[in-house]
Amino acid sequence: MTGLEHSLVELIRRTSAEIPDDVQAAILASLEREKKGTIAESAMKIIEQNIQLAKQKSQPICQDTGSIIFYVDCPVGFDQITFEEAAKNAVRISTKKGFLRQNSVDSLSGVNDGTNVGPGSPTIHFHQHRQPETEVRLVLKGGGCENVGAQYSLPAEKLKANRDLDGCRKAILDAVLQAQGKGCGPGILGVCIGGDRATGYEFSKQQFLRRLDDRNPNAELDRLEQDILNTANELGIGPMGFGGKTTLLGVKIGAANRLPASFFVSISYMCWAYRRQGVRLSAAGDIEEWLY
Amino acid sequence: MIHLKTPCDEAQIRSLKVGDAVEITGVLFTGRDAVHKYLHEGGELPPGVNLRNGILYHCGPVVIKDEQGRWKVTAAGPTTSIREEPYQGQLIKEFGLRGVIGKGGMGDRTLAACREFGCVYLHAIGGAAQVLAECIKSVRNVYLLEKFGAPEAIWEFEVERFPSVVTMDANGNSLHKEVFEASQKALAQRL
Repeated sequence: MTGLEHSLVELIRRTSAEIPDDVQAAILASLEREKKGTIAESAMKIIEQNIQLAKQKSQPICQDTGSIIFYVDCPVGFDQITFEEAAKNAVRISTKKGFLRQNSVDSLSGVNDGTNVGPGSPTIHFHQHRQPETEVRLVLKGGGCENVGAQYSLPAEKLKANRDLDGCRKAILDAVLQAQGKGCGPGILGVCIGGDRATGYEFSKQQFLRRLDDRNPNAELDRLEQDILNTANELGIGPMGFGGKTTLLGVKIGAANRLPASFFVSISYMCWAYRRQGVRLSAAGDIEEWLY
Repeated sequence: MIHLKTPCDEAQIRSLKVGDAVEITGVLFTGRDAVHKYLHEGGELPPGVNLRNGILYHCGPVVIKDEQGRWKVTAAGPTTSIREEPYQGQLIKEFGLRGVIGKGGMGDRTLAACREFGCVYLHAIGGAAQVLAECIKSVRNVYLLEKFGAPEAIWEFEVERFPSVVTMDANGNSLHKEVFEASQKALAQRL
């Protein structure tokens, strides 16, 4: 294993087995909020126990170790090809060690070759910046929550949702209603207003790189985020859809330009097992700092 | 807390109500997308898989072989059940299932089959792969592993005090329906 591969395996292990602090704090707060003696409270207790156990045993929090999505911020001149090869090797090794499930299936033949490496897996987004550091962030997103994601094209007559922020609000809250507990709530929404069908979903997923306790610098979006969070938590869907007080742990919304003809609202749903970590790497590929 | 042992007793299954917390001890067989489609299309159950009065678990575990070549379950939470809605009623009827464990709940056809044939839907905590893996005491066998791959194979687990909640009972009640309708009303007042 090269130094870089070693670092990436450690990033994968930690992402799969340990919930970031900001998410754990939100889960503990929601456990406190649920009414004592309800099935919602016992669901949150099991979730809390599960987080402890996974960390202790250094094993996956959830057996669906998800889509493997790397976000790499790199300096000019960075060798992307070597990084991609190292990332693929790190994924193969992490799968053998059981940090990742054998989770990638050939869509035509149905064959799972057990490596997690194939067309589209892992996904790597490179972004150059004019700084010397290389930062690698990783999101593991399970299929249950991916399946309840939704994309709305406004106007949406059925929802009485027009091309304005109120229309966006209606679309986002409809996605929460339709998801119920199926995405393993309490969940976190990543939303993109605008973009096209592909970039809309991609930007919505990038919202998951934000910390849960941050605030949107755009005042309008910040208000919408708080409003959706509060309203969703009044609906009584609760953990796992059992009924209860916490339906969402957070809402993160971004906006991208759109064509005059299109107005998409793209919503990605993240389960409570919100696996996101990041590292700053030295030039030799060693981990210098954890980012979350 | 209600204790449920496999093979299940029909009268006990029919007495369970939505909202009951249940702990299961005995044998669970896993089966998810590939297995449901295979059985629906007339595929034969491999010898050794006996679902009669048994419980099917919608689960694709992480299982690795240890140094001695024994299977070890390292993560085993439930997968989303609604994808099996086109097939579940048929499986309950044909194979005599008394329980289906999964997450997210199922639809009207499964609810009707639960009522007619005496079966319940048991909701495990989605994502709680470690807590649930701790309840798996041994892997007794695995079937269709070559054909479907590890997550989609039929695993036979011996479990102890596996926690779940009845969210669809044998009397036609579904917590998922109740929560959906109540939340839909609550949302309508806030738009």
